[in-house]
Amino acid sequence: MTNSSLVQARALRKEYGRGDGLVRAVDGVDLDIAPGERVAVMGPSGCGKSTLLHLLGGLDRSSGGELWFHGRRIGQLSERALAEMRRKEVGFVFQAFHLMEELTAQENVELPALLAEVRPWAARRRARDLLERVGLGDRAGHLPSALSGGQRQRVAIARALVNEPVLVLADEPTGNLDSAATLDVLRIFEELHAAGQTLVIVTHDERIGATADRLILMYDGAFVDETTLVGGTRRSLSTLIGLEDSAGE
Amino acid sequence: MSRLFVILRLAGRDLRHRPGEAVMLVVIIMAATAALALGLLLQGTTAHPYQTTREATSGPDALATDFPAGTGAPASPAALRQIAPLARAQDVDGHSGPLPVAFPVLTFNGHADAVLAEGRGNAPAAVDQPELTEGSWVHVGAVVIERSFADALGVHAGDRITLNGRPFRVAGVAVAAAFPVNGVGFLEGSSQWPNPGLIWTTTADAESLATRQYPLGYVLNLKLTNPADAENFADRFDPGGYTNNTGGLYVIPWQMISHQDGLLMAHEQKILLVGSWLLALLAVGSLAIVVGGRMAEQNRRVGLLKAVGGTPALVAGVLLAEYLALAVIAGAAGLVAGRLTAPLLTSPGAGLLGAAGAPQLTLPVIALAIGVALAVATLASYVPALRAARTSTVDALADAARPPGRHARLTAYSTRLPVPLLLASRLAVRRPRRVLLGSLSIAVTVSGIVAVLFAHATLAISQSAGPAVTTNPGLADVGFISQTARENQVLLTITIMLIVLAAVNVTFITWATVQDSRHATALTRALGATAGQLTAGLSAAQLLPATVGALAGIAGGYGLFTAANQGASASQPPAWWLITAVLGTLIAVAGLTAVPARLAARLPIAETLQADGP
Repeated sequence: MTNSSLVQARALRKEYGRGDGLVRAVDGVDLDIAPGERVAVMGPSGCGKSTLLHLLGGLDRSSGGELWFHGRRIGQLSERALAEMRRKEVGFVFQAFHLMEELTAQENVELPALLAEVRPWAARRRARDLLERVGLGDRAGHLPSALSGGQRQRVAIARALVNEPVLVLADEPTGNLDSAATLDVLRIFEELHAAGQTLVIVTHDERIGATADRLILMYDGAFVDETTLVGGTRRSLSTLIGLEDSAGE
Repeated sequence: MSRLFVILRLAGRDLRHRPGEAVMLVVIIMAATAALALGLLLQGTTAHPYQTTREATSGPDALATDFPAGTGAPASPAALRQIAPLARAQDVDGHSGPLPVAFPVLTFNGHADAVLAEGRGNAPAAVDQPELTEGSWVHVGAVVIERSFADALGVHAGDRITLNGRPFRVAGVAVAAAFPVNGVGFLEGSSQWPNPGLIWTTTADAESLATRQYPLGYVLNLKLTNPADAENFADRFDPGGYTNNTGGLYVIPWQMISHQDGLLMAHEQKILLVGSWLLALLAVGSLAIVVGGRMAEQNRRVGLLKAVGGTPALVAGVLLAEYLALAVIAGAAGLVAGRLTAPLLTSPGAGLLGAAGAPQLTLPVIALAIGVALAVATLASYVPALRAARTSTVDALADAARPPGRHARLTAYSTRLPVPLLLASRLAVRRPRRVLLGSLSIAVTVSGIVAVLFAHATLAISQSAGPAVTTNPGLADVGFISQTARENQVLLTITIMLIVLAAVNVTFITWATVQDSRHATALTRALGATAGQLTAGLSAAQLLPATVGALAGIAGGYGLFTAANQGASASQPPAWWLITAVLGTLIAVAGLTAVPARLAARLPIAETLQADGP
């Protein structure tokens, strides 16, 4: 493994079924992600983007190939070690938010910290700070059902960050959001990137992909194209997602 | 009419679609109705056979006894002089006797028991002629043994016994209605045996068996001109009543004997009735959980029914019809099971003629058992059916899960707990009614177990005290022992049924919790909880309410036993019995929840999140 890579995958595979019903969701992927890099993975529905993300984050185990995370081979980690990795080193942001409906925004955010056995008062303070950071300081006591889609996704991002992970994985983070909410989320990702956070964003929206440092195109489980973008994020986010006319810049 | 047809058709289709669940529901309701039916069937089991036996044996309307108190000469002419005039008393229409009665010790096959040996002639008696069911009538050196006593001893015609050490042959086995079956319990505390078996010998043999310690006594069987007035007749000659235990003359009306016969099954009946109500409560709990789970699965079906024009009433009707139909089937099956089991518990009826082992399925028994089955099903399914009927069509079609419950204070407190307990408290509070149901289910079960332990302790004390009150502590009281064995058998049966239903409840509740919290569980793992922490959390979510239920069950069990015992003397079981019951229950709960919890905690995270996402 290259010492400079945070994540490195070689011939990574994930298969479902057998014989004629065999599906190769991820088919021989090679990938290197450097610390602080922002990578976007794009492709049509069912091309294996989300499965790849699940493998990278230790939510699922690969069928073959090798995957290193922070210098460790994920395939050799026990379930307990994988859980610890998810708890301390990886933050997930899902398209469907996946918030606990019975917990307030603050309680949702502090949950991973409590699982990491952070002292309750410290977990609470971290959650409060993060909610302030994503602009939801005044919504900390609200249940998810009382929040808009964009607000829910910002809570989910705050939750992903609460244990200060080295890698944030976002699966279609704006898929359920309108343009204004999409802009809010992308601004947060922009701030995270500026602060040196490593981000992998799975999306099928080209405008979101255009904000990344590197854009990977996936098709039928394999990488078909990889583009390093220069200056993509220097353009206005609003312009990128069509809220503003580029002529107006 | 067409609506009813649609309801029945849809209900029938759904039942056929899930036969396993339908069978499970039937078994749960059946367990409760079978116990109830059994309790009801035993009521009066011995009343009808007593009448039959009384008619077949020319049973007396009143029985006079004169058993000398204390020691003296073996013959007791004074007793004879005292009892004989009753044969000529006003309102007496016929009699047999006075018959000599001795009180020897019978031994058979290593057992020794006290008996009341009544001397008889060869000629049939006008009043109280025992009806032979096996062998022949008495002759010199050969005795006839009352059937329930013979059953308890395991003795048959042709066997050899000894009376006061003298060898005798068993000529036959017979039934009679002059004494309560299985011993003459109402003579308890007299100077003679407290609870002897009954045998018949020749008059000469009876007289020869009298001793200085137990002098000869006499009985006189009386027919009255007005049998219904037997109690008043008895009062005229025996103003002290049957409880006056000073020895001498007693007159016992036939109503008293019939009542005593009826009491033989009183304990079993009480145990079964109390047990059946506990089982019914558990059945409601089991059904509520199963029905709740089914309703959650049927959300989309409800939406489809409504989308194609089904009214809320139709939706509720279909759901209720399923459970009511199952209840009727289960009620009928429970009645059959109760009817088939009853003869196994009515062996004391062997002392009487007629269908002692064939309790009657009367209309009230049928109505009550089916009514309880329907009530159980209605209680468990009414609220879920109503909720389904009120669900909006769009929500139902979207299969939207019922939002979980929230308890802000508990959530705040739980942050200070170790991770498994934090997860357990939060999982539990999502469905507070289910937690309450689980806790109540364990409370009911432990109440039943604790009540059984109290009953066992009381029975054990009675059993050890039984022979001790006799003048010869070395004697066995086979009648008493066989009765306590029967009672123990019933207690054990009820306990096993309670434990099985409670186990079903715990398993259902855990599965329901696991199913309901699949998304939360997967999400928690995605956020870093280990499978072990989740397994422990899911188990603890059942164990915490179970602990509360088990502790409440100790108090409940004592209350239940006290209520069922109606103030009779009770003995407290040793503390370690109760501690073992509570710990055993909690270990059983932990064991039953471990497997589903472990499976749930190892479901694939990504797959579950994608499938069960909100």
